[in-house]
Amino acid sequence: MKKIFTIFLALGAFALASGLEGGVEKQPLNISAIVMFLVFVSGTLGITYWAAKRTKTAKDFYAAGGGITGFQNGLAIAGDYMSAASFLGISAMVYEKGYDGLIYSIGFLVGWPVILFLMSERLRNLGKYTFADVASYRLKQTPIRTLAASGSIVTVLLYLIAQMVGAGQLIQMLFGLPYSSAVVLVGILMILYVTFGGMLATTWVQIIKAVLLLSGATFMALAVMVHFGFSPDALFAKAMEIKMTSADAAFKLASDANATAQAALASAAPDANITALTDAANQASKNAASAAKEIKAASGILAPGGFLPDPISAISLGLALMLGTAGLPHILMRFFTVADAKEARKSVFYATGFIGYFYILTFIIGFGAIVMVYNNPQYIDAAKQAIEGGYPLLGGKNMPAIHLAQAVGGNFFLGFISAVAFATILAVVSGLTLAGASAISHDLYASVFRHGRVDEATEMRVSKMATVVLGILAIILGIIFEKQNIAFMVGLAFAVAASANFPVLFLSMFWKKLTTRGALVGGSLGLLTAITLVILSPVVWVDVFKNAEAIFPYKHPALFSVTVAFLFTWLFSITDKSQGAKDEIAAFDAQDVRSQTGIGAEGAISH
Amino acid sequence: MHTDMVKDILANPKYQELVQKRGRFAWILSLIVIVVYFGFVLIVAFDPKLLAIKLYGVTTVAIPVGVAIIIMSFILTGIYVKRANSEFDDMVTEIKNSVKKG
Repeated sequence: MKKIFTIFLALGAFALASGLEGGVEKQPLNISAIVMFLVFVSGTLGITYWAAKRTKTAKDFYAAGGGITGFQNGLAIAGDYMSAASFLGISAMVYEKGYDGLIYSIGFLVGWPVILFLMSERLRNLGKYTFADVASYRLKQTPIRTLAASGSIVTVLLYLIAQMVGAGQLIQMLFGLPYSSAVVLVGILMILYVTFGGMLATTWVQIIKAVLLLSGATFMALAVMVHFGFSPDALFAKAMEIKMTSADAAFKLASDANATAQAALASAAPDANITALTDAANQASKNAASAAKEIKAASGILAPGGFLPDPISAISLGLALMLGTAGLPHILMRFFTVADAKEARKSVFYATGFIGYFYILTFIIGFGAIVMVYNNPQYIDAAKQAIEGGYPLLGGKNMPAIHLAQAVGGNFFLGFISAVAFATILAVVSGLTLAGASAISHDLYASVFRHGRVDEATEMRVSKMATVVLGILAIILGIIFEKQNIAFMVGLAFAVAASANFPVLFLSMFWKKLTTRGALVGGSLGLLTAITLVILSPVVWVDVFKNAEAIFPYKHPALFSVTVAFLFTWLFSITDKSQGAKDEIAAFDAQDVRSQTGIGAEGAISH
Repeated sequence: MHTDMVKDILANPKYQELVQKRGRFAWILSLIVIVVYFGFVLIVAFDPKLLAIKLYGVTTVAIPVGVAIIIMSFILTGIYVKRANSEFDDMVTEIKNSVKKG
């Protein structure tokens, strides 16, 4: 065991070292970022070593022995939710569109109260290690666990690819590391955390990162607010003014350039390079049009913009965010790490508080970045600006929070936030991998292939092997998908979680007449519908496959796919008159008593 | 769990009271969140100008409404946890004790 640990460490050091060599020429190294990142990695590897000594049983591995407190679990859940994508992505959305970013965050938050009221204590009372334990509680093990495990693995893989690609790009930009080295490094560290430290290490890595991220974001938001004497209105007014004057200036530049380019084209001599002149004129008129659009958008940053184009998209996205959260395997898994229903409830209370606070911070950070970063030449990609006009940021669209860190805290704080962003990615991919590995070893291997006739040691060995395989798969997929548009994968992950995982899980706890046949048909159709509609939607059909028009007009399929899942689960349950169905309906009472009272529920192991 | 024990608990008036009270409370709170959130989303989709009304300086109605939904979510979870961890858990303990005695 120790040998493997050392080998992986050496591999990680190699990836880092080779990466640094390659990166020096391209990008100035941020020494403080690297030092802080190394401190984080050695600290978390220390925790992994400590956790490895305490991880002996399957319960330790999957559920940290059930000994995490409500407060700790609340931080860990918040940590799972505050991924680098949501920190950088949502602050970037506020930076670009203003209020629309907040609408998005609200959708991510409101799922939590509902999970608390309707699901958290039932999950804790019925489950052991995975949400499939709950869904298959009184239904047939083999088909339902296969369904739930497939839903879990699909969700986990989509989410993992999105995180890995995001990680590679971010680390490349922040640390000057080549993309593939960054992906390999993340993959190796995640395999180390999960195989050796199991849920205990994964949880503590997540907690530490959540505290670091919340502190860093608090400092940035405070620095912004101090600048404006704690008057939000002054901040908003300044942000709006900067957006409007910048947009005006950009529009003047763009229209002048456009006029010049069109004139040059019109008066071009017959022997001139007409193609080049036409291209220049087209680019100039495109820039002028987008600058004109920007002027209109600038005055509207304090109210809803064009984020939700029609009621169907609005409701569909709302459903995907709300129900998707309640179907994410790496989040559901956290309810099994606490001692009882009381702690499970407290977890959600703390998690909701931290997540809500975090979203308010990202809103302030987004507006602060408009003021301090938007037209600051230090952060503008001048080469890109010369061609496209406007105010393109160095490093791309997701960088406002990173540049703001430099603006308010200098290079040292920039290093801190960069290291935290890296840590965030590591912590989130570790949780995802553990959820995927649990689905493979606990649901597929132990229950489906071995019908529960397997000893703990073997099951744990399988889950560690699954972790390594998933980790390597994540590295490979991360490298394959480097140039792909990853935004749709997160959307797809939420749609699958909402349409395949959530309906089966929810109905298994609330609807007596649910049968195996109903769950199987409804869950599978939900999964298929979600995937098909995403492929036919503008996000894939137009943006990825380059077709002119989408077959399915909405970006978010949840309204349709969730309806399909519930409808067919209902239909195929009530028409199921088999003896098996009767037994499953009869078994509901005992399940319900346990879910309501916790009598017979899994307890905690004391260490 | 034995079938007899399940029957006993189902027949226990304390259990019925727990299921009824907690279920009602949980669904009412869920409905509040769902109505507020989808109400907000529908206003955004149908009549965004309503949220663009100026409140103070450049600040629009949209800002306090958004922040209020976040704070409301947190407060409602607090209200549920407080009642569930005291009143409802006491009832559960009572039910568990009566099962042990019986």
